[in-house]
Amino acid sequence: MKTESLWYIFLSASLINNFVLAYFLGICPFLGVSGKMETATKMGSAVTFVMIISSVCAYGIHAFLVAINAPFLQLISYIVVIASTVQLVEMLIKKMSPTLFRALGIFLPLITTNCAILGLTLFQTNKGYGFVESFVYALGAGAGFTVALILIAGLREQLEFAEVPKVVKGTVITLLIAGILSLSFMGFSGLGS
Amino acid sequence: MGNQIHDKANTGFLSSLKGSPSTDEFIKGLWRDNPVFIQVLGMCPVLAVSNTAENALAMGLATAFVLLMSNILVSSLRNFIPKQVRIASYILIIATFVTITDYAIQAISVELHKSLGAFISLIVVNCLILSRAEAFASKNSIGKSILDALGMGLGFVFALFCLGAVREIMGNGSLFGFPIFPSTFQNWIVMILPAGGFFTLAIWLLIFNLLKQKKSIA
Repeated sequence: MKTESLWYIFLSASLINNFVLAYFLGICPFLGVSGKMETATKMGSAVTFVMIISSVCAYGIHAFLVAINAPFLQLISYIVVIASTVQLVEMLIKKMSPTLFRALGIFLPLITTNCAILGLTLFQTNKGYGFVESFVYALGAGAGFTVALILIAGLREQLEFAEVPKVVKGTVITLLIAGILSLSFMGFSGLGS
Repeated sequence: MGNQIHDKANTGFLSSLKGSPSTDEFIKGLWRDNPVFIQVLGMCPVLAVSNTAENALAMGLATAFVLLMSNILVSSLRNFIPKQVRIASYILIIATFVTITDYAIQAISVELHKSLGAFISLIVVNCLILSRAEAFASKNSIGKSILDALGMGLGFVFALFCLGAVREIMGNGSLFGFPIFPSTFQNWIVMILPAGGFFTLAIWLLIFNLLKQKKSIA
């Protein structure tokens, strides 16, 4: 019973209610860095990493804020945790792979303002998830984000070879593709119920 | 549709006001640098809560309010905030105002608060607000920053309303909850679903691109 519901949380966060395609969270990096397959994969894993850490921290903070009865501090403390985690990841990537650091560019610090991460912490608080559930939820959301990013990157790589009218080049055609992807992801809605 | 008429009126109004630099700070956000249609910033709330015109308008106004307040504060503190921690300070300022807005909306209308859900809190991570703080308010006087925030905020409201109205009319056959089509109208359910958000935004951007192209040829 317990594992089943955890599996459901994972499935629901990654496929059924995909953060990018159903909740529209994290659209900025989604449109910005989804041009190349390689960057998309790495961006996806960086975001997943930040998500897991922030979600675990958010669980602790929420418990603490409930204890001291100060729910109005929730938003501020969440964003501080996320910002510090991103800083950490930035330093790690800079140290380990300068090439990747350059490829991600401005979008790395912008992970802080990635709505997917703050959204994740807020949703898990609203849903009243426990420690393990939060962890699984973050894992699922990260996986979902990465999948969406990779899918769109693959499609956009193909698009380079297609002849597209000048007016729809760039954002417009990407949004249309995202719409079609979002339609197809609705097919998952029967899963797990 | 009514929006197109509105667009035309807008351009006429704009061309008559061009010139004076302080009105320019205000005007640029409305049209030339419209945050949604031209800069493509702050997409998440734009797509997520624009399924009805009412939600879109409420969300737009909330965002505009936070943008205005944070621009004022950032601009007045611009000489006191150390360069190294400026982004963190901006985010804290924004988060404070978002918390205020969140509680205010909850006090005004619980229903509206429920339908907007977590997206009010998510104004914190709206790239538009942070980018205005960093790119404009931190370098300009308070007066200019207020004008900039008002222009950008109204541009954002306008864009959100364009999306929300189209999606509600097509998907629900109504505007602000009032039915505008005869009951034989078959609702386009897809417009209310997430996919509809992507499609509607794509079409608006397409219209803007076409307008831009026409202008550059002429």
